[in-house]
Amino acid sequence: MKVLRWSLPLAIFLVILGFLFVGLFRDPREVPSPLIGKPAPAFSLSQLHQPDRTLTTADMRGQVWLLNVWASWCVSCRVEHPLLVDLARANIVPVIGLAYKDKRDDGLGWLKANGDPYKLSIVDQDGRVGIDFGVYGVPETFVIDKAGIIRYKQIGPLTADALKQTILPLVRELQKS
Amino acid sequence: MKVALLSLFAALVASSAWSDDALDARLKALENELRCLVCQNQTLADSNAPLAEDLRKEVRDLATGGKSDDEIRAYLVARYGDFVLYKPPVKSTTYVLWFGPFLLLATGVAAWWGLVHRRTRAAADSGAPGETAAAVRARELLDD
Repeated sequence: MKVLRWSLPLAIFLVILGFLFVGLFRDPREVPSPLIGKPAPAFSLSQLHQPDRTLTTADMRGQVWLLNVWASWCVSCRVEHPLLVDLARANIVPVIGLAYKDKRDDGLGWLKANGDPYKLSIVDQDGRVGIDFGVYGVPETFVIDKAGIIRYKQIGPLTADALKQTILPLVRELQKS
Repeated sequence: MKVALLSLFAALVASSAWSDDALDARLKALENELRCLVCQNQTLADSNAPLAEDLRKEVRDLATGGKSDDEIRAYLVARYGDFVLYKPPVKSTTYVLWFGPFLLLATGVAAWWGLVHRRTRAAADSGAPGETAAAVRARELLDD
């Protein structure tokens, strides 16, 4: 009983300390997506460069691909853009660009100025498809497998570390299967 | 005839205004328990973020399309996760959240009760009930 008197408060203190310490390294803005492991929402969107042509989720069946949600008005998209350009040059995985709540001309101008890393670009003018994908902070990047299942979601700008350590290994693994 | 038409018209206007008010109140209540994902400590009703605006519109469209509050909540949870709900559902991963405080309260009450119980027993052991240590000592001195 005597031991409990000082060991119990100490134990409670250490547990709280542990929780707070772990909390220091977690980003509250990163909300885990419930869509991981679920089929990518079906969409049919007009292409950025050829407005009269569309791209649907079904068109991408059979290959591993990345969906990069960006916008010309999005500041942190400029941060990740050079990485996407490099990725396109390496030709490892097709990246589809989704211009989220963007005007067509703005999007086209932005790609002309900063380089176009996308195999194809589509426009989600009213943000409806963004809602279906649970997008809440641009940029976001989804890894989608051959069967059309979302396997990973990067919230916020891509980083060299995230690409090298998480996304590209996952892409390679998915491409093998 | 004129009067009849006029009153019918008035009734129609009144009923549509009433149903709009009811819908607004319902949406307001619903939006007040949904979280805006952009400014995380604001509700969907309070937030001015563009996404919150879109989601309010979406919620309104769903509601006018005949979806129930639960269906609308499920729609948002399917896209953004339980995080959009200010009142999280009771399930195995949230047991600690829901019942932890009550468990802590029970532990505290038990500890307090144990302490009080021990003190009164200690007092009882050292003499007749209600007698203080000083009184016990005085009686012992007198007995000598």
